[in-house]
Amino acid sequence: MIKLENISKKYNSKGKQIIGVDDVTLTVEAGEVFGIVGYSGAGKSTLLRCINLLEKPTSGKVFVDGVNLHELSPKDLRKARQSIGMIFQGFHLVSSKTVFENVAFALRAAGADKKQIKLRVEELLALVGLEDRRDQYPAQLSGGQKQRVSIARALANQPKILLCDEATSALDPGTTKSILSLLKKINRELGLTIVVITHEMEVVKEICSRCAVMQDGKVVEQGSTYDIFSDPANPLTVSFIQTVLNFDLPKELLEEINGKLVRLQFKGSIAAEAVVSDMLQAFPIRGNILHGKVEYIQSKPLGIFIMELNGNEAEVNKAIAYLRDKVSKVEVLDDGTRNRHLA
Amino acid sequence: MMERVIAILPELNQAFLETLLMVSIALAVAILIGLPFGILLFVTDRGLFLENVLVKRVAGLVINLIRSVPFVILLVFLLPFTQFLLNTTIGPLAASVSLSVAAIPFYARIVESSARDIDKGVIEAAIAVGASPWMIIKSIILPEVKPGLITGLTITAISLIGYSAMAGTIGGGGIGDLAIRYGYYRYDNTIMFTTVIVLIVLVQVVQYLGDLVARVVSKR
Repeated sequence: MIKLENISKKYNSKGKQIIGVDDVTLTVEAGEVFGIVGYSGAGKSTLLRCINLLEKPTSGKVFVDGVNLHELSPKDLRKARQSIGMIFQGFHLVSSKTVFENVAFALRAAGADKKQIKLRVEELLALVGLEDRRDQYPAQLSGGQKQRVSIARALANQPKILLCDEATSALDPGTTKSILSLLKKINRELGLTIVVITHEMEVVKEICSRCAVMQDGKVVEQGSTYDIFSDPANPLTVSFIQTVLNFDLPKELLEEINGKLVRLQFKGSIAAEAVVSDMLQAFPIRGNILHGKVEYIQSKPLGIFIMELNGNEAEVNKAIAYLRDKVSKVEVLDDGTRNRHLA
Repeated sequence: MMERVIAILPELNQAFLETLLMVSIALAVAILIGLPFGILLFVTDRGLFLENVLVKRVAGLVINLIRSVPFVILLVFLLPFTQFLLNTTIGPLAASVSLSVAAIPFYARIVESSARDIDKGVIEAAIAVGASPWMIIKSIILPEVKPGLITGLTITAISLIGYSAMAGTIGGGGIGDLAIRYGYYRYDNTIMFTTVIVLIVLVQVVQYLGDLVARVVSKR
């Protein structure tokens, strides 16, 4: 649905060249929710804005639905943009227009007539749950309601793609959840392809089937969200994952540990407790679960446990070898022979 | 003292209407020409959807040229033009020519600077839904800048009331003319104070109305 080929964006600022996006190639499939994660300044927003050419890339090609956007005349580009909705962190509603007029503007831009506009706007406001706000001005709405209006505006011309530029970053956690579930609903019911950029891994976990991690204008890692969460390769990805799968143990606890500290990761449907209890029965050692969590990423479970294994060292090592065989990942955080510190 | 004022009333009344007439004509021209000019300055600016360095520079230059001429000199400088246009250089209509020329760049700059206050993201969102430049100007920029346009019009009107007095000195008529004829040439302080009071009231009323309308149209 979206194909970005070798996109680069360079700026000249006070004689110095700044690289916003550095040779990025990405493909977003039709109907998926794709996430682009990175810290601010990583170039993700610039990259997103290249998709509808709000930002003209210095080099590279943008294909949307098979059409090379660079080759379009200004008029055709406007037409193409009508099938690419976009929402923003700051909502960007017209303060002098009512909710109705804000949504209607997008339809008028596409040349719809009055009757069509009225019907469609009402349909859209029902979709986003704001039927009773149609005559209010943006200043009278809460952040979440404003974002709903901007979603209605973005969907007005029945786009195939929705671009979300940090759409939930200005919202509180509860509102974020409701906006995310609205996006999910839109993706599911209207079959829209959605590209989300965010610095919140929670958002990716919640709605994205695939994602890319950006740093200094480059994509450093991409893949299915589940794989990124379970097997992050890049250190930056690891640090992002930790914001969701945080397993810091208190220092006091670590001081008391005298066995080996292992981190077990279970993927998919492997029943964690069964493996652990089998292991404890098979080997004459004692096990102690210090921390554990099962996250559901795209409704697939990802379990992580931190255990202390005590006993004869040879037996403990055999138990670890057994675990390595059964679970997707075993990491020895502390082998218990050196001074205590987390790897 | 009251008799002096009453005796002058018909003349004062006429002068007042003359001032209103020339200021209104100049304001109308400011809206007709200065407003589009201001919008042009804004949308051709760097990073905006009709970015055009040449147009922006030329328009900016013309405006600065007019604005750098002091109004009294502009008045004299434009006399041949006024003569050509109206076949006379006397009276409120003649005075409104130079007032209009001064009002255009004045208002254009005010329009430009209030348009700059619009959230750029709102314009960007309009581009993202595929709106044409004309639609963005008509349906986004103008409504968003409306309170600023009205505040700017108030400022322009008050400046023009001041300028109209200068126009009065070279035969333009109006309250300024009255004040100078009686107050300056005849040392008639009563009449001069009266005209000053009329001007103060006029400016207050314009400011009050301007603020009121600006508040009503603002939806922020």
